[in-house]
Amino acid sequence: MDLISFRDLDKGTVEKIFGIAEDMDHQLERKKVEKLDGIMATLFFEPSTRTKLSFQSSAERLGLQVVDFLADRSSLKKGESFTDTIRTVDGYCDVIAMRHPAEGAARLAAEVADAPVLNGGDGANQHPTQTLLDLYTIRKLKGKIAGLNIHLVGDLKHARTMHSLVYGLGMFGAKVTMVAPKGLELEEHIVHEAEKKFNFKMESRDSIDLKDADVLYVCRVQEERFADKYEAAKVKKEFTISADYIRKGKKDLVIMHPLPKLDEIPAEVDAMPQAKYFEQARNGIPIRMACIKMLLEGA
Amino acid sequence: MLKVDIIEHGTVVDHIQAGMGKKVLDILGIDEKSGNRVALVMNVPSQKMGKKDILKVEGVLISAEKTDAIALISPRASVNLIKDGKVVEKKQAELPESLHGVGKCPNPNCISMQEKAAGKFHLEGQKYRCEYCERVFKPAELL
Repeated sequence: MDLISFRDLDKGTVEKIFGIAEDMDHQLERKKVEKLDGIMATLFFEPSTRTKLSFQSSAERLGLQVVDFLADRSSLKKGESFTDTIRTVDGYCDVIAMRHPAEGAARLAAEVADAPVLNGGDGANQHPTQTLLDLYTIRKLKGKIAGLNIHLVGDLKHARTMHSLVYGLGMFGAKVTMVAPKGLELEEHIVHEAEKKFNFKMESRDSIDLKDADVLYVCRVQEERFADKYEAAKVKKEFTISADYIRKGKKDLVIMHPLPKLDEIPAEVDAMPQAKYFEQARNGIPIRMACIKMLLEGA
Repeated sequence: MLKVDIIEHGTVVDHIQAGMGKKVLDILGIDEKSGNRVALVMNVPSQKMGKKDILKVEGVLISAEKTDAIALISPRASVNLIKDGKVVEKKQAELPESLHGVGKCPNPNCISMQEKAAGKFHLEGQKYRCEYCERVFKPAELL
């Protein structure tokens, strides 16, 4: 089994991963984690802080050894192909966690490798462990996902986390409101697929109104996406989540962000009880431990 | 009405969407160097389609795979295989449920493009989803 795309998962499998992650959380609290044997190779062909480190940390906590591939110091520099690199690394490890700028790279890696492959992001396509930890965080903080009002705010078009997140939210019966700057809306085929598959309807708004929101999921508006710098500055200001905005929302509002965040969430918000994005990032550990365990045990 | 010779051994592709006849030739890999006797009649009046193209190729019996590829650009095309002057098989081109090795992903950021891997697609409604980049495309975009 590999973990390539959230679209490959059914609800039963996702719940099973949550169950293992909860068990991992308990084991981590007790500081007594059941150990596994084996070696994980991390192959990150583009930069990462959270995903790479949390995969490595999860593997180490499970007792695995980690070997790391550094793209800029590898034979890629000599022109070695992607598939030859994967075939080679496959011989050195028992599980592969990878990120690559090309869409579908993890799927191709899974075809050529015998070791199970975990996708840590492939271009603008998928980032399944991020979606799993996002859903796990909502469930942990709110006790459920079904029926919650989840507002997705920012550049929904280019944020790869959004593609699988709307799919996951649909799977678990959340009510989704999308708020994106003009031209940076989630692509229609992604919206259509999730709505059709899970028989629900997502709402679109052009401005932020948090009155009915249970969860606010923010992603960065990237200045480089705009040709007009004045327009970029205007939109960035409009999509900045100020402390004032948050005070107008529900007291138990949960604010999430896949990180890294820049100025879309000012530092003053970090200290507010609603800000849960660092807790969200920490949940990457039990979730990735659960995924590694499930793949290594072939369950 | 233009008259074209009957062929003894080869393939007739009928009901090609008008204007797509040349693309069918590309799919079949037939050009001036292949040496086959070929007749392409374009914009023929058709009751069903208004206008259509018809292609006759002497000496080539086209494969099921190529028939599927023709469906990508002309879903109503029919393929008749001729032996000894008689139609021995008539196939209706239809969009196959999955494509492997037929068509290429048009997304330049798809790994199948970068690594020159064989394209893999699955039919969803009237469009194809690339197994690698997971984007959906109109059938004609894959050629």
